Amino acid sequence: MFNKTSQQITDQPITNHQSLITNHLIPYLLHLADNSLILGHRNSEWTGHGPILEQDIAISNIALDLIGQSRNFYQYAAALVNEQGYSFKSEMPKARSLTEDDLAYLRDVWDYKNCLLVEQPKGDWAQTVLRQFFFSAYQSLLFQQLQQSSDKQLAAIAEKSLKETTYHLRWSADWVIRLGDGTEESHERMLKAIDALWMYCGELLENTSYETEVAAAGIGVDLSSIKAHWHQKIIAVFEEATLPVPQTEAFQRGGKDGFHSEHLGFILAEMQYLQRAYPNANW
Amino acid sequence: MVNQEENINLPVSQEDEIQKLWAIMENVPDPEVPVLSVVDLGVVRNISIQQSSGDEKIVVDVTPTYSGCPAMDMIAMNIRIGLLQNGYPNVVINTVLSPAWTTDWMSENGKQKLKDFGIAPPVGKSFDTASLEDIVVECPLCNSNHTHLVSHFGSTSCKALYQCDDCKEPFDYFKCH
Repeated sequence: MFNKTSQQITDQPITNHQSLITNHLIPYLLHLADNSLILGHRNSEWTGHGPILEQDIAISNIALDLIGQSRNFYQYAAALVNEQGYSFKSEMPKARSLTEDDLAYLRDVWDYKNCLLVEQPKGDWAQTVLRQFFFSAYQSLLFQQLQQSSDKQLAAIAEKSLKETTYHLRWSADWVIRLGDGTEESHERMLKAIDALWMYCGELLENTSYETEVAAAGIGVDLSSIKAHWHQKIIAVFEEATLPVPQTEAFQRGGKDGFHSEHLGFILAEMQYLQRAYPNANW
Repeated sequence: MVNQEENINLPVSQEDEIQKLWAIMENVPDPEVPVLSVVDLGVVRNISIQQSSGDEKIVVDVTPTYSGCPAMDMIAMNIRIGLLQNGYPNVVINTVLSPAWTTDWMSENGKQKLKDFGIAPPVGKSFDTASLEDIVVECPLCNSNHTHLVSHFGSTSCKALYQCDDCKEPFDYFKCH
């Protein structure tokens, strides 16, 4: 259905370049930004609640990096939206140009394009570190390739973010190994975390229509090119962690096209409350 | 000041003025690590002067250390204030992301200042060559090489936590990035 809609828009008599930006690049940037923002928000739920002080600081630092990355993507997306136009399903301010804050605080669930994986509840520490590992393994491969994007701004954001993601990947892989190859209880908790999260991993590595289009234009990354590398990384770390790699299909999908689990609404309700209740509030 | 009379007769070359602007930047401290200036840190990438219809505009290119570094807004403000105090009200701060900031840009002077402040300076060049576990970080307090990593992430994005096995003091290490 989503495919059909974007196809119809593509047929409008506008230039190819404009259509690429409006129909594919803007959704792509929002998708990348939303992934980082929502996972950053989820991780920030640990701030002040981490298992020990050092790890509280670590997960909060990772949250900060992710939210910083999302700002870079949102700023770029807002500039393109103001320049080329984009139709949101949510009610957006019309009389002025949009900012990064409008994109984060005023879009409702159906305009969010993050993967289902990042919006899942933080769960216990095992679930949090496993989710971070799945995601950082994906982001690290994605940003490595995105550095070669023909879009200079996107390449620059990827180059900047990759350095941070490398740390996230190393930290989360260490934790997966420590808990998987740890005590009976920590191993058991990792198995439960795998059960809870594996089903959402497929979506990370499957192209949506906008990803296919931006990849074809040399701007985005074709996810099929990193899928095998992602699996190799998971297998290598799981082996060291004495954890089984699930053979079942990771079947849940839809977040990247705006179809979300019930969890995203609660995150947005918390995150957007102030701007909704007191529009344009500043402090 | 000394050259003021000269200035009236001869326009100071732009190069001289830019030198002066860099000198002002050397007195703008980093808010998290106040012993370092924004120049020591490598955050200020370029300074240029743009003339438009008689108006002079100072353009300062800055690059963030980490994407989410909360000090960046403060750094931009400190740069504005520093320039304003020196008679440059018309300032544009431009954020550049590429090439991405690296500790390789930190001045030697900056590294020494870090150490004197009690923070171990980045070891080696470039982020990819050695992992955090493989490097030897010298204790900034007793100079011992017997130290160990406590956590990849420290009090700010740019630091890791270490402890010295000889003097037992915990300390911050400015990560090679």
